[in-house]
Amino acid sequence: MDIENAIIGGGVVGLSLAYGLLKRGRGVTVFDEGDDAFRASRGNFGLVWVQGKGLGAPDYARWTRRSAEAWHGFAEELRAASGHDLALSQEGGYDFYFDEESLAQRVAQYEALKAELGGDYPFDVLGHNALKREEPGIGSEVAGAILHHADGHVNPLLLLKALASEVRRAGGHVRSNCKIVSVEPSSGEFRLTSEFGSIFGAARVVLTAGLGAAELGPKLGFKAPVRPQRGQVLITEKLPKMMNRPSGIIRQVNEGGVQIGDSKEEVGLDDRETLETTSQIAARAIRVYPALRKANLLRSWGALRIMSPDGLPIYQKSETVPGAYLVTCHSGITLAAAHAMFLPDWLDGGESAPNLEAFSENRFTVS
Amino acid sequence: MRDAALLVVGAGPAGMAAAAAAASMGVAVTLLDEQPAAGGQIYRAVEAAAGPRGEILGEDYLYGLRLVRALESPLIAHEKGATVWRVDADGTVAYSQGGKGRLIRGRRVILATGALERPVPAPGWTLPGVMTAGAAQILLKQSAVVPRRAVLAGKGPLLYLVAQQLVKAGHPPLALVEARQTTDHLRALAHLAGALKGWRTLAKGASMLSEIGKAGVERYRGATKIAVEGDKAACAITFDCGGRSRRIACDTVLLHQGVVPNTQITRSLRLEHVWDSAQRCFRPKVDEWGATGLQRIYVAGDGAGIGGARAAEQAGRLTALHAAAELAAISLEDRDRQAAGIRKALRAELAVRPFLDAAFPPAPEILRPADETIVCRCEEVTAGDIRGYAKIGCTGPNQTKAYGRCGMGPCQGRYCGLTVTELLAEANGTSAAEVGYYRIRAPLKPIALGELADLDEVVPDVRPGQEIGRNL
Amino acid sequence: MKTVSPFLEIAAGRKTVEVEFDGETYALADGANLAAALLAAGVQGFRTTPVSGAPRAPFCMMGACFDCLVEIDGFTVQACMTTVKPGLKVARVHGKEEPADA
Repeated sequence: MDIENAIIGGGVVGLSLAYGLLKRGRGVTVFDEGDDAFRASRGNFGLVWVQGKGLGAPDYARWTRRSAEAWHGFAEELRAASGHDLALSQEGGYDFYFDEESLAQRVAQYEALKAELGGDYPFDVLGHNALKREEPGIGSEVAGAILHHADGHVNPLLLLKALASEVRRAGGHVRSNCKIVSVEPSSGEFRLTSEFGSIFGAARVVLTAGLGAAELGPKLGFKAPVRPQRGQVLITEKLPKMMNRPSGIIRQVNEGGVQIGDSKEEVGLDDRETLETTSQIAARAIRVYPALRKANLLRSWGALRIMSPDGLPIYQKSETVPGAYLVTCHSGITLAAAHAMFLPDWLDGGESAPNLEAFSENRFTVS
Repeated sequence: MRDAALLVVGAGPAGMAAAAAAASMGVAVTLLDEQPAAGGQIYRAVEAAAGPRGEILGEDYLYGLRLVRALESPLIAHEKGATVWRVDADGTVAYSQGGKGRLIRGRRVILATGALERPVPAPGWTLPGVMTAGAAQILLKQSAVVPRRAVLAGKGPLLYLVAQQLVKAGHPPLALVEARQTTDHLRALAHLAGALKGWRTLAKGASMLSEIGKAGVERYRGATKIAVEGDKAACAITFDCGGRSRRIACDTVLLHQGVVPNTQITRSLRLEHVWDSAQRCFRPKVDEWGATGLQRIYVAGDGAGIGGARAAEQAGRLTALHAAAELAAISLEDRDRQAAGIRKALRAELAVRPFLDAAFPPAPEILRPADETIVCRCEEVTAGDIRGYAKIGCTGPNQTKAYGRCGMGPCQGRYCGLTVTELLAEANGTSAAEVGYYRIRAPLKPIALGELADLDEVVPDVRPGQEIGRNL
Repeated sequence: MKTVSPFLEIAAGRKTVEVEFDGETYALADGANLAAALLAAGVQGFRTTPVSGAPRAPFCMMGACFDCLVEIDGFTVQACMTTVKPGLKVARVHGKEEPADA
């Protein structure tokens, strides 16, 4: 029996897309690796983040904003169907600065983007005193912050759990512990081979395999120029509420722990946490919220982002192998709503399909 | 960064013996001891308690005194109250002492962190008043505190030892609820030959039982469905025995179903672990010297596989010999010559182990508890929750963290990890070895962020290409 | 707290010091293990859990289970890894989010 849509990779990107396809009555089988896979979907920060994205690339800023605006409806739908409240909060978020000059530089970049977006980029610049009114716990070293009103955060693990259960309930097949090691075009269809030698046939294939796209992509006509980029994260014991809004580096999760990041390290497939970086991350967090000095660190981890050369997503229909698609990004949480609600239309083509040309692989020309 | 020739983590029998042996060969040792005094768990507070409570606690406990005294060497720096929270493959150890974070790097590191009690998930096991049998021993040893109205429940030699010690302390337990089944007796007989080699152990066991009997402690054998009743605290234990349901009112319930290697550090180093089907737990893969896949890291004692205190002591000596040879303090010939006698002693100590393992296997009801039973104490995740995760694609323990926060609390899976492995093996129709265990990472114990941040002064600057960025 | 503690100290004559726990004053042996001393003094529930508000008390006594958490000087610490000293002020750790005046 042939699979209608084979989604390779059961992380948040694959599951969001699967969910969206199933809602349109399509047949879907998701293939997922085992328990010890890298799984960026488990290690991320949980932000639904708009600010700072698409500087110099307004299409990305628009796509991100569109997803953020669709998130509320998406979360509601999942809550009604699965019973899981994803703890979505979209009350705005901060980017903090320790010096005025860096803050001013960033503001200038935001103003430029705002102009490109026709003025639709709602942010405020808060000096220290204004920030302190919003966040009484803020440290004296914080010179100011940019508060962007479209930013928010969500519980990414509950999102995964809700998607996992809904995909199954909606009739999707999920093959766990089934790593696909090869996908080949085969007389108008596709032949998928698993690491244990099982063979599957599919009419259409979507690669949502994170870092795995680099190996699987070429046979399907994709460059898939993705590389791992490590980020390290800390999380504290559960604490009484101490901050009102998330920032890109610190947020208090709905269960109470304060999550702290991040780093951008080019270390290959190494997802270990390190002493140096976790120490520096802790030091910076204490400068922002001094009360964190006495909070107990419970866990730390490293996770690998899936980075394209310019940091933007890749949405690509194979030009040489019809029926094969590549979807990759490093903002799978923020874009989950778009992937569930708009991306299926892109797969089908047609009038309501979003224009994602700006995210084609062709922008990466070999020079 | 402070450098040391040999670091020993843990001051139980393996750690103490390793430190003393290494020092006797001229190796400078830093012994990192979480407790305020040497002894680990089994010889807890032996120096202070030997006088006042030696009679109650017995000869086997007092034996620990000689190991503690052997630490008095100018070559041994015994760091007390030192909680290790990170070990790196290059021998760097981060520990917390007096609220301050400290770093030290050993050219060789012997991990001697011993064992933990096996998780004993039963209904009501999270109530105040429920403790492990080992906890009761620690209270007696270190603090001279005993429960007035306790019931001991579960399986394993420790149950009888604690009962005997409570009898000697003048406060016998109300009852001994033994989960041991007839089939356990029968299976153990296959290992009788080994048991007879360890006849001293068997003789001790017999004398324990005799003393417990003489004190009139009621024994309920073949018990199942052990549960604790209570609202704000334990007020009774219930169980089935001899075809009837029973209930014994009490204030303290002491649970025990054997001990398992503490693999937190070895897991955090990503060392290879094997599933020991006789002991039904994971242990790190080590060679006959305690060496691992990482050149600088060794494991000695119960942390490498349960063998008991005396075996741990011999293993500590063996590993210290090997470390001393690696550090060129002794020659390989010297090492092998001295090892011969120790190996013989170690073999003798381990002779009774297969019998004990077969005689006291953990009860199915705690390996795969009923749905309503809390499995992850920290996050209050039940067995039923975990079985539910398996239905939505959870194939391994790390995904249980993602699906339900199971294993994400401060104990980092110490009291739920093995249960989760067993439950997923059952739910997915596979084996514990295939399911694996939680990924363990530093910090091994919670530390204040300020302590971690202050370490910044002793670590290298951020390297180029390794920027701490802002938001994504 | 029960009027008669479920636990009993069988050693006598240790010098005691005043320790505050959750607003009440106790006479505990100087240098004693804090968890053991509080148990002997009749304290049953040490804390409540952040997930469900259920009561918890020492379980392992060896620093592994984290059920005996208390707050000292703004830090969350394990009572079983803490030593009694004069003037010690111990508070319960925050459990489930309480209303502001709790």
